Amino acid sequence: MSMTFIQTFLPLALTISAPIILASMGGLISEKSGIVNIGLEGLMGFGAFTAATTHVLLESSLGNELSITIALILAMIVATILSIIHAFATITFKSNQIISGTGINLLAAGLTVFFAQLIFNQEHTKPFQIGMKGYTMFHIYPSALIALIVILLTWYILNKRVFGLRLKACGESPQAASGAGIPVSKMQYIGVLLGGSLAGLAGASMVLTQSIQYSGNFINGTGFIALAAINFGRWRVGGVTMASLLFGSAMTIAHMIGSSSATYIPREFFLALPYIITVLSLVFFDYIKMRRIGSI
Amino acid sequence: MNMKKVNSSKLVQFVDFSIKNEFIMSVYVILLGFFLSTVLLYLVGLKPSVMYNTIVQTITGYDFSKYRFNARYIGTWLTNSMPLILTGLSFNIALRSGFFNIGAEGQFIIGLTFAQYFAFLLPPVMGVTGIVAVIIGALFAAGWGAIVGWLRGRYQTSEVVLTIMFNYIAFYFSRWFSQKYLPGANSYRADNFPQEALLANSWFQSITNGSLLNNGLFLVIVSLIVYHIIMEKTKWGFSLRASGFSPLAAKFAGIAPVRSAVVAMAGAGFFAGLAGGIVYLGSFTFANVIRAQDQYGFTGIAVGLVSGGSAIGTLLSGLFFGLLNAAAPLMQSRGIPREIATMISAFVVIFIALSTGIKLRLGQWVIKAKNKEKEMD
Amino acid sequence: MANDHVSWRIKKGEVHALLGENGAGKSTITSILFGLLQADSGEILVDGKSVLIHNPNDANALGIGMVHQHFKLVPSYTVTENIILGLEPKTAWGHINYQRARSKIQEISHQFGLAVDPDARIANINVGMQQRVEILKTLYRDARIIVLDEPTAVLTPQEIDDLMQIILRLKAQGRTIIFISHKLKEIKTCADQVTVLRRGKIVGSADVSDCTEAQLAEMMVGHAVEFVTQKDAPTIGNVVLRLENISVKSMRGSIAVKDLSLSVHAGEVLGIAGVDGNGQSELALALSGVVKPVKGKIYLDEVDVTSFGVRKRVEMGLGLTPEDRETQAVISNFNLAENYVLKTFYRNPYSSVLGFLNKKKISDDAQVQLENFDVRSANGWRSSISELSGGNRQKVVVAREMTIASKLLVVCQPTRGLDVGSIEYIHRQIIAQRNAGKAVLLISFELDEILNLCDRIATISHGSIVGIIDAKDATRQQVGQMMTASHKETVVG
Repeated sequence: MSMTFIQTFLPLALTISAPIILASMGGLISEKSGIVNIGLEGLMGFGAFTAATTHVLLESSLGNELSITIALILAMIVATILSIIHAFATITFKSNQIISGTGINLLAAGLTVFFAQLIFNQEHTKPFQIGMKGYTMFHIYPSALIALIVILLTWYILNKRVFGLRLKACGESPQAASGAGIPVSKMQYIGVLLGGSLAGLAGASMVLTQSIQYSGNFINGTGFIALAAINFGRWRVGGVTMASLLFGSAMTIAHMIGSSSATYIPREFFLALPYIITVLSLVFFDYIKMRRIGSI
Repeated sequence: MNMKKVNSSKLVQFVDFSIKNEFIMSVYVILLGFFLSTVLLYLVGLKPSVMYNTIVQTITGYDFSKYRFNARYIGTWLTNSMPLILTGLSFNIALRSGFFNIGAEGQFIIGLTFAQYFAFLLPPVMGVTGIVAVIIGALFAAGWGAIVGWLRGRYQTSEVVLTIMFNYIAFYFSRWFSQKYLPGANSYRADNFPQEALLANSWFQSITNGSLLNNGLFLVIVSLIVYHIIMEKTKWGFSLRASGFSPLAAKFAGIAPVRSAVVAMAGAGFFAGLAGGIVYLGSFTFANVIRAQDQYGFTGIAVGLVSGGSAIGTLLSGLFFGLLNAAAPLMQSRGIPREIATMISAFVVIFIALSTGIKLRLGQWVIKAKNKEKEMD
Repeated sequence: MANDHVSWRIKKGEVHALLGENGAGKSTITSILFGLLQADSGEILVDGKSVLIHNPNDANALGIGMVHQHFKLVPSYTVTENIILGLEPKTAWGHINYQRARSKIQEISHQFGLAVDPDARIANINVGMQQRVEILKTLYRDARIIVLDEPTAVLTPQEIDDLMQIILRLKAQGRTIIFISHKLKEIKTCADQVTVLRRGKIVGSADVSDCTEAQLAEMMVGHAVEFVTQKDAPTIGNVVLRLENISVKSMRGSIAVKDLSLSVHAGEVLGIAGVDGNGQSELALALSGVVKPVKGKIYLDEVDVTSFGVRKRVEMGLGLTPEDRETQAVISNFNLAENYVLKTFYRNPYSSVLGFLNKKKISDDAQVQLENFDVRSANGWRSSISELSGGNRQKVVVAREMTIASKLLVVCQPTRGLDVGSIEYIHRQIIAQRNAGKAVLLISFELDEILNLCDRIATISHGSIVGIIDAKDATRQQVGQMMTASHKETVVG
């Protein structure tokens, strides 16, 4: 493995993995509270759109640093507000979580480009000059650092804080939690909203580090890769982080390979790898579970 | 006192009837979707009347602004509705059997990939090759769905997560396969199809002033009939519906859960795959190497949810969403962003999600109101 | 009415047992005490003061702790985490102080002799230790009054002995214990006072030392036999069903039916009596074919059907009415005709070779049987089964299964939750099947039903048959006592 390969690969892998990590941490928190959010993809889209729009409008007047910071914060706020829909539907109205999540995805697909049309008169946002590019240290974007902080925070909160202990109980054994006097619905709301805000942050960092604008299919399945990482990581912070890095690396290799005629293993294989691995792991673990109960 | 009692009774009856009637709930949901979109358009300074005019134009073909009739709009409407009716059937057959098929996108892709492949491979016979290629594609898609069904039946793995993963696996597989095996393929297209493999129907084209309406229409009609017959009149439909309503009771009655899961998901895959073949062999004269997921699968979920599960419901629902799709480009040219169509679908899905809760709350309200009335007697 | 004007006094520092059969109202009253349910009328007094208990937190604040029959534990959490959930000690930094938690738990554990491993995960420890964790939860919150709801239902004999010791130690330390049970032996061992509940009403209260087990059994099941179904002496034929040493696993993976052997003859009704939770559900699952026994064989007319699925057994003439009507026996969205053919729709005459349903034959046959079995409905076979009353729904199930059962009819809790008229009707139908020469196996928690219908009575406890007697020799008290026996030698019937 040549030095140049590692030199190009590592920073690129971190860049691509950072949004996956952020989104999967968000989805993890939500699932730990008992609510699955397949609308992560859509929430990332809302985040990316908000960040791209905010930044392109503010970068010249406020300067890169401030503009990006505001863009990230706004993205988180917008995504959190939209995740209220999912929370309200699934917690208060006891709706089907899948249908609600699908609604969020469809809404994102429509609403983001709708507003792009209104604001920019085209089906994507106006390209901004410089995204997070200006702050690379050793070619690593701040998004990687943010992701690291989020990983540590998530781990700390879920495993060491009272809030985390109670939140996980709500998801795993709601009757035990309510028997202990914990307000399960309220905790679930917090879980979903936290998850939404992280998804927004994920989408925002994605657009600010990997592109110059937001267009219709920008997220392109990254939200679903985050879902896959949560599953493959067996719902533990360490596992999900590793899974996100693994999947990010696979996508990076695919990116570096270029067109499929050039190499022996087609790049599509690497792009599909995260999903294939997740399917295999899901079936494997369910098989083990059934063997333990004795149904097989 | 009597007047008041009669009025409240009527309201209670109306609400009670509404929440128990699937069709009315669907109508409400659609009306709400339109209402929200209208409000949104007002809020951003656009004219909702343009949206409504465009929709009417698409159904009737009559252009109000130019006082002209153009049958092409109707043709486009029907062409757009065909794949949506099919992906709606795909979602429905799985749902009525107790499963959530989020994988119509991937099944659609498998269908189109193999339909294109066989379009080149099969001997060219006018009018037949295209249909056969599409059906073969659908069979491959059925297999794709059956794998998920088997995993779900045997290992209890969530078909939701599986189908989402399978969507992307199918997408990348299709890109690789098409680039490798379709004649003359590059990264976005391949050769023109042989004439005989096209689904194009010249009679349709003539009566709809050059729209893309094609022979796929017959496949759609047959699919609707087959769906209805199988679900309502055969023992397989009986088994599927029993498992869908009550998996435990079905198991106690001897209905094999693994077989049900496989059949249901294979059926779902078949319909979605059929949609893929029809779109790509019907609307194009050359083979495509897909670059994105088309959203027919996801919109199909909305179609299914609104349809209430019946064949006729799916037909109407598919026509409705097809209408939105067909009208969208026209709206775009008149200043309403085309995404409004996707948004109406999104609102509809969200309201349907909320409807379980709404039905529950209203149901409780109805019971309370009825008790109050009993007390007053 | 679950609890009917119940007035109950418990003295401080005593072990007070609450005795009653299934459905007597025991769980309801303790749920009210713990704030999970609200009473419609009446009041609760603690230490002489009237109190309101709206939720478990209120109960905890009053010093009332409850150990539920179905544990409220988080499986992946450790013992420590489960105990402190909701009352977590914090460090100066604000995160959970596991050290302080562990030491307090060890202290209490020592004080009351409740051996637990603070770091073990609930999913990995046995039921006995899980229960001790539940008890520690209450003691961690300084509970003065501890309610134990059917604590011995899931324990092994050794664990039961341990629990008895724990209760006596708790009492020695000044706590008041309320002990809900139907196990007479255990009540005799550790309780001071016993209050008996029957059909929602208090029957009596007594010093445990003044009562024998026999007297307690009598108080629990009462004298009155409310309906008697006329029947002649049975004409016993060949053995139709033979169970040979079968063992069946429960959903959770433990062995629920252990080395059970039994025979049922043509022309007789054999009843299996016992309190819920002793393996009856799993036995029914194994008989129907939904679950395969992990050991042993099942013979129907001397044919080995152990590996046969549900449909094959149906074809051989085995009919079974499941114990949970709503989730196991009927499809609520289907109509009466569809429910009638639920087990037979796939073959002749209800389905053609091509797979098409013969809807006319289905509805005709259904209509005939609905009339035969006196099913009352608004629209005949077209009615959705959810529109019918419980009694009529059961009649549909009974109609279906009795038509299928040409050899063996198994009925599980056939009259649970039904009105008197339906109960009488179904009982008559069961006797009619027996008189027609079929073998009938009745699994029921209702003693009256067992005594009423059966020619022979077996009792099941902890998954095995512990006694079989002829019905004509059986007294109420005797069967009641057999039902509440802890464990005896396995008997082969």
